[in-house]
Amino acid sequence: MSDQSLELKGSLFPLSVLSCTDLSVSSLSQQLKQKLAQAPAFFYQAPIILNVADVEQTPDFHAIKQLFIELKLVLVGVCGASSELKQQAQQAGLAALQLAKDSKTAVTASSTTRQTAVVTSTVNVPMDSKIVEQTVRSGQQVYAKGTDLIVKGTVGAGAEVIADGNIHIYGTLRGKAIAGAGGDNTKRIFCYNLQAELVSIAGNYWLSDSLQGDFWGKPACIKLQDDQLVLAELA
Amino acid sequence: MAKIIVVTSGKGGVGKTTSSAAIGTGLALKGNKTVIIDFDIGLRNLDLIMGCERRVVYDFVNVINGEANLKQTLIKDKRTDNLFILPASQTRDKDALTKEGVERVLNELAKDFDFILCDSPAGIEAGAMMALYFADEAIVVTNPEVSSVRDSDRILGMLSSKSRRAEQGLDAIKEHLLLTRYNPERVEKGEMLSVEDVKEILSIDLLGVIPESQAVLNASNSGQPVILDKDSDAGQAYLDTVDRLLGEKVPFRFLAVEKKGLLKRIFGG
Repeated sequence: MSDQSLELKGSLFPLSVLSCTDLSVSSLSQQLKQKLAQAPAFFYQAPIILNVADVEQTPDFHAIKQLFIELKLVLVGVCGASSELKQQAQQAGLAALQLAKDSKTAVTASSTTRQTAVVTSTVNVPMDSKIVEQTVRSGQQVYAKGTDLIVKGTVGAGAEVIADGNIHIYGTLRGKAIAGAGGDNTKRIFCYNLQAELVSIAGNYWLSDSLQGDFWGKPACIKLQDDQLVLAELA
Repeated sequence: MAKIIVVTSGKGGVGKTTSSAAIGTGLALKGNKTVIIDFDIGLRNLDLIMGCERRVVYDFVNVINGEANLKQTLIKDKRTDNLFILPASQTRDKDALTKEGVERVLNELAKDFDFILCDSPAGIEAGAMMALYFADEAIVVTNPEVSSVRDSDRILGMLSSKSRRAEQGLDAIKEHLLLTRYNPERVEKGEMLSVEDVKEILSIDLLGVIPESQAVLNASNSGQPVILDKDSDAGQAYLDTVDRLLGEKVPFRFLAVEKKGLLKRIFGG
């Protein structure tokens, strides 16, 4: 009889890869704190892989691990490590992973070699968008945490749709739409018919008075440009 | 198996009770055994509209508390066969309804009846939630004006999130729009939202349009459901509505301004 209680299977998971040339604990700590402040909820206990392909000095993996615990992040392992670094990482209890050759991160890592900047990007599967099939009625609230929100129906007056990512509305937007709620000012709002009570991107908002004009009742895209909301045509 | 239909609106005074009485009567006229339950505990009105206020002995709350049985409490309508009324309590408040109690009464009624019509109180508090919780279908009564439309939108949200069907992940409640107090002349002048406007905002199927009519007030005052006034425009509109509820395809009437003839224009109409 075979033992069915134990099973090992391969699976793919979305993981954030952290690329940084300067892995001294003090610099990493400062830059990470800045990054996390933009979207604390999004990165809470997020599993993270450290890309060490471009590091100049041998990092102290034990100290980095401790830093991640303090910042409420989960350091899973390292990638892009030389055989020497790989060994040290494994001694610190970290997994050594192989980065897929065609992934976006590999490109960004090499092109920003001399910049001491923290770049986080997601490899493999992007986080699923939140999709709402029906109409969002007055008084209802929908929040897409850490991702995009897609509403197939209409957002009624007095309803609120909020996303840390972009918001797409295929019906009429009569209620409030708040994109980039985590503070990301590159996010946008797209809707098929703009009649909103309020639109907001990363805390910059407009009431319906400011939306009157060429795009009222028409398809529109709303984005941030130099900290100003801008309306643009959809197509 | 009985079909439970809630007549609801969010906003008060839009014609929930009038519509419950008319549609309930219409369903019974078509040979369906029908009961209308007044969920407006403390503000009992349905008995007045149905003209049976003097025959109320026991009420809904008595049945829930086990102080009376359904047979003692149900009032049989004198004009229409197959039609019964379960009146609300006038002396209690909405908290007298419990989910278990309401469910037990509905289950007992479901054994005997084809249609159970729940006449909801206004608002979105416990009483209204109780009326819609067990529904299979909902008739959302709306007047063609912005506040009524927004309240209906709110109630539609409740139907899709706070009902038994939503909580247990069953098929969604079938939602119908019933537009009441519709005045084509005022729509034409731009003083009232049009059928198309309301349909566009609420995006649900249109079940009926009841024209603003003197006949409605007359019927309420005389305790006779307006659907029995078959010569009136409102009565005919309710008859059409019932046919559509039963799955028939009936064209919509009373949507356009009636053209006045020469005599009517001279003598007024």
